[in-house]
Parts: sequence; structure tokens; C-alpha cells
Amino acid sequence: MTDQTHAQTVLTTQDGVPLKVSIARALRAQKIRSALLVAPLFLFILISFVLPIADMLYRSVENDIVPNTLPRTVVALQEWDENSGEMPSEDVFAALAEDMKIAAAAKTHTRVGSRLNYEKPGIASLFRKTGRRVKRFEDGDYTAQFLKADKNWGDPEVWQTIKQFSSPATAGYFLAAADAQRTPDGVQFKPEDERIYLFLFGRTLILSITITVTCILLGYPIAFLLSSLPLRSSNLLMILVLLPFWTSLLVRTSAWKVLLQQQGVINDTLVWLGIVGDDSRLALINNQTGTIIAMTHILLPFMILPLFSVMKTISPTYMRAAKSMGASDWYAFWRVYFPQTIPGIGAGSILVFILSIGYYITPELVGGTSGIFISNRIAYHISFSLNWGLAAALGVMLLAIVMVLYWLYDRIVGIDNVKLG
Amino acid sequence: MSALPPYASVGQRTWYYSFRIICGLIFFFLIFPVLVIIPLSFNAQNFFTFTPEMLSFDPAGYSLKHYEDFFTNSDWQTAMWNSVRIAPMATILATGFGTVAAIGLSQSHMPARSVIMAILISPMIVPLIISAAGMYFFYSRIGLQGTYWGVVMAHAALGTPFVIITVTATLVGFDQSLVRAAANLGANPVTTFFRVQMPLILPGVISGALFAFITSFDEVVVVLFLGSASQKTLPWQMFTGLREQISPTILAVATLLVAISIVLLTVLELLRRRSERLRGLSPG
Repeated sequence: MTDQTHAQTVLTTQDGVPLKVSIARALRAQKIRSALLVAPLFLFILISFVLPIADMLYRSVENDIVPNTLPRTVVALQEWDENSGEMPSEDVFAALAEDMKIAAAAKTHTRVGSRLNYEKPGIASLFRKTGRRVKRFEDGDYTAQFLKADKNWGDPEVWQTIKQFSSPATAGYFLAAADAQRTPDGVQFKPEDERIYLFLFGRTLILSITITVTCILLGYPIAFLLSSLPLRSSNLLMILVLLPFWTSLLVRTSAWKVLLQQQGVINDTLVWLGIVGDDSRLALINNQTGTIIAMTHILLPFMILPLFSVMKTISPTYMRAAKSMGASDWYAFWRVYFPQTIPGIGAGSILVFILSIGYYITPELVGGTSGIFISNRIAYHISFSLNWGLAAALGVMLLAIVMVLYWLYDRIVGIDNVKLG
Repeated sequence: MSALPPYASVGQRTWYYSFRIICGLIFFFLIFPVLVIIPLSFNAQNFFTFTPEMLSFDPAGYSLKHYEDFFTNSDWQTAMWNSVRIAPMATILATGFGTVAAIGLSQSHMPARSVIMAILISPMIVPLIISAAGMYFFYSRIGLQGTYWGVVMAHAALGTPFVIITVTATLVGFDQSLVRAAANLGANPVTTFFRVQMPLILPGVISGALFAFITSFDEVVVVLFLGSASQKTLPWQMFTGLREQISPTILAVATLLVAISIVLLTVLELLRRRSERLRGLSPG
């Protein structure tokens, strides 16, 4: 048989279908079956989790309130040159009067006012005041009537703010979240003493790094001990790691609150031992010390468990070989054992860092004002200041940091290899 | 490190013992905060520290009054029943969806496996405050904010990654030829699933369900934003208690929660031993 005839014989199954087609069909059926198994959860996560995150991304840039409430003014303002330093023309005031009459009837003018107030303080009261008066405005000479209602309408900066935020999308929240603002000379950072968010991001990063390093220092010896002990005793000691891991976060936080107070167990013991005087009790809570101690305790198991699973796989024969060739204990550890544990340190550090950077509950309860994280500020903007756009922008920035770390973790460890308990 | 050889030098001996002392101190740091609240919860006074009576083991220094308060105070009772209503429902949803999806994900022909896996695991990685913010924004649009099902859905979403991870881990050791054998003997896919596959992956499913349960039962950030007063859970009540009027009843609740976590831990450990024995990994 020559090569040519061989190529022409197509392998078929019993019913005459080419084998390749038949295999492809079977594979497709399997693919569809596994996709159908995953589909319900995928849909569920899509609705309950992915769409909410997408909604947050949308809210961090959405700005349709100004163009929706003041549509005529927005169109009329396109003619006005914001750098002229002069008030807009009578046409703009006429358009604004019409928009404001409709908005005041629907009571939406205050919402525009509070939205623009985030950008330029004072606008909220300007809109509220004008909204009450605009119903009685007469036709003609709107400029004078607006100026009579509130002289701030003559301020070109008010008009600049309205024009700046008249497009349906804005980068304003992100600028605010990065402590920047738009000035006539372009985007500029705020003066250094007003940079609260960059400062908070910086503090969150520094505290998270501190917590991660403390976790490495405390977790490494424990993981080393657990991996070198015989199975029975290491299982027993493992309970000491797993019990805090399984205990409610709030239980552990309340325990630290009890322990670290001025009149708490630790201070009482120190006073009783005579290490500190009764009048100079240590301030261990409601500051950064409190946050670092409590969060190190809470996140330590997340460092120990990955380290332990890496160390368990390192054969003790390497150390023995190094020592038999004349290495000292320390040299054998540092040059032979330690390099093999670096993947475990990497995995544990990224895990602890990701978890700590987004922490909210513990800093809120034991951090006071100097130990709070960016998350606490996000929560503040959602529930108290109601500036949801800014909260969303801060959230997106935090999410971006976490996503980069998540990607790193996936590259280094693989998300399938996450070990639990 | 396991045992000190008889020929160890003085330096080695010192290091050996000081290392053990260091480890002992770290273990103490880990376990002490969890254990210290247990005796404090029996304090007869409304203090958060050991009273002189307690230190001298005077029975008058101890009482059950904080437990009594927990079981009679309507705030705590409502919170407890809300937790009991929310957590099991979230667990059922998470375990049901998660187990089925994990089986699909473990099949070798699953298209776009790693991308889907990354999306399904993401609720575990995204900081809770961000999930909470996004859910608050989105659920208020669709009218789920402040409802029982809104909280249950959110908690189920947070719990599914754990189910997926534990069940896929169990499925790695699962012999697919058993499914083929069952089909060969005439079982339909549903029978195969419940009679062959399910009993073998059950330990993974149960430990995933426990993780999902504890995620929901402990969760406070999302419920804080998403829930209304009628969904106030136990952690929420503890959180407000700790932030505002700090009352020792919290310690009684905390002790009860520690007891629950000990039970969960025991169940998980038994499951782990069983699955190791089944796979022939464990020597004992």
C-alpha cells in the first residue's frame, strides 16, 4: 500500500460516520454537559456578585444627574466660554429658569445641588434657595432675577462647575479619590495637608505590610515546628492554630478589645507585676498598635497553613546531606532549607496581604482614628456622607490593587491550589 | 528538630530549648485570646477583667447572669433567630450550586475552565467592603436591599468559593471509571450521581458546606449594608454592641460561638481523617 492510498482511507465507526466527526460529536456533548453543570452557579454568581461589582464600576463614573435634570442649560452652556471669566449670556439663564421650574416641581433640584456640592461647596444651598424662588420668576430678564435670588449666580466658578459636570460620565470621583481636583490650569493635586485619601491608602498599605511581616515572623517558626514534629503531636498542636481560625472574627476582635483596654487583662497584669505604674497604663487600643496586634492574630493562620503545606513536602534528607558535608546548622538552614520554603512565604504573604488590605471590622473596632483603613472611609461615604460615587471610586481603586495581587497569586500558587484547613 | 541527638553541643541544646519556648509563646498568643473570654463570661460583675473574687476562685465571683441576659434579652434573641434563619438557607444554596458546578469544572473537557474558575472564586478574594458596597448599590436597584432573600443571596455568593474549592479537591481523587462502570451496568446519570459519586465526594461536600455555613454565620460587613433592622444577625448585634454600649453579654455570646466552632472543627477533623483513610493516605 502506498502512502497515497493510505491517506484516502478514512477510519469510520460501525455506522459509517468518519471517526473524527464521531469523536468531535461526543466531545461536544461532553463539553455541553459540563457547561450545563456550571451554568446555574455561573448565572447565580453573575447576578448576586458580578453585576453588583459592575454596578459599582458604573457608579464611579456615572454623572447623568446634571444632564438629566438641567438638559436645556447644558445645551445652552456649550456656547459659553468658561475661561472668559464672565457670566453666561441671558439665553443660559432663560434655559436654567425653565429647567429649574421643572426640577423644583419634581423636587429634583436639591439632588443636583448636593451632587455639585461635592465639587464646589456652597452649591447645594444655592440650588435649594433658588428652587424656592424660581416658581415666582416672571418672563424676561432672567439674569437679574437669578442674581436677585442669589448673587452667587454671578460667580463664573459656579457655571464652570456646572459645565464641567454636564457630560454623562465623569472622572471627578476618581480625581477626588486621588486627592486631585480640576482647576483652570488642568488637573492638580490638592495641597499636601488636604490629601486624605492618598494618605489613607498609604497607611493601609504600610499597616498591611507590617501585619504581613509580623505574620511571617510569627508563622515561620510555628510552621517549621509543626512540619518537623511527628504526625501525632503535630496534629495535636495544629488544633491550636485551627481553633482561632474557626472562631468567629467578632469573637476574636471582642477578645482583643477586652485584653487591650486600659483597664483590661494585659494592663492589669503588667501593673500587678510592677512593670508599668498604675497611672501610666499602656495605650494598646484605639490606635495602630491595636489594629496591628488584633489583625496579626486574626490573619496568622492564613500564613501558617500555606507555609506548613510547603514545608511538609521538603525532605529532611537535604538538611542531613548539607550537615554531613560540613555545613553548620545555621548555614544548612539558610542555604538549603530556607530557599525551598520561599514559595510558601510568597503564597502566605499574598494571602495575608490581600485579606488585610480590605479589612473593615477589626480596624473599625480597635483602630480608633489612627488605625483605620481605606475600607472604613468607603463605609463612611456609603452610610454617612452618602457620596456613593466617591465610595465607588475608592472601592474601584482598592479593587484594582487586590486584582493585581490576585493575578500574582494565581501565577505563583494557582487558584486551584488554595488549601483550606 | 524532631529530637535532640545525644551528641548535641551546648549551643545546639540552648537553641533547641529556646526555639521551643518561642514557639510556645506564639501558640500562647494564638490561643490565649480565644480562651480568656470563657472565664470572663462567667463574671458576676459587669467588668471586662478578672475581679479579685474570680482570682481567688470564690464562687460568689462567678455567675451565669450574662448567659441569662442573652437568653432573655429580646435584641439578642431576635439576632440569634435571624442568624439561624439566614445561615442554613445560604448554606443550602451555596452547597447545591457549588457541588454541581464543581463536578462540571472537574471534567477535563470543560471549556474556558480557568477563566470561569477565577470568576467563581472571586467572591472569596474581593475585599468584603467592596462586595458589600457593590451589592448595596445593585440590590437597592432591584429591590432586594433590606430583604431576607437579598441577604441570603449575598451570603450564598460569598460561600460558594469554599464549596467549589473543597469539592474539586475531593474530585481530584475520584476515579472517573466508577461513573462509567455504573453507566455500563445500566444506571442513569441521576442514579449514578446519587448512588456512586455523591457518597464518595460527601466529605468534601460536607466540609464545603461547613465553610459556607461559617462564612454566612460569621459575616457582618455585607449584612450591615444589605440588611434592614429585621435582618439583624448575631454578628451584627455583637458589632453594634462592641461599638456602642459594650456589655459583658457579648462575652457570653462569644463563648457560645467558640463552643460552636469547636464542634465544627471536630466534625471537619473527623471528615478529613475519614477521607484520608479512604484514599489510603493516612498511616493510622
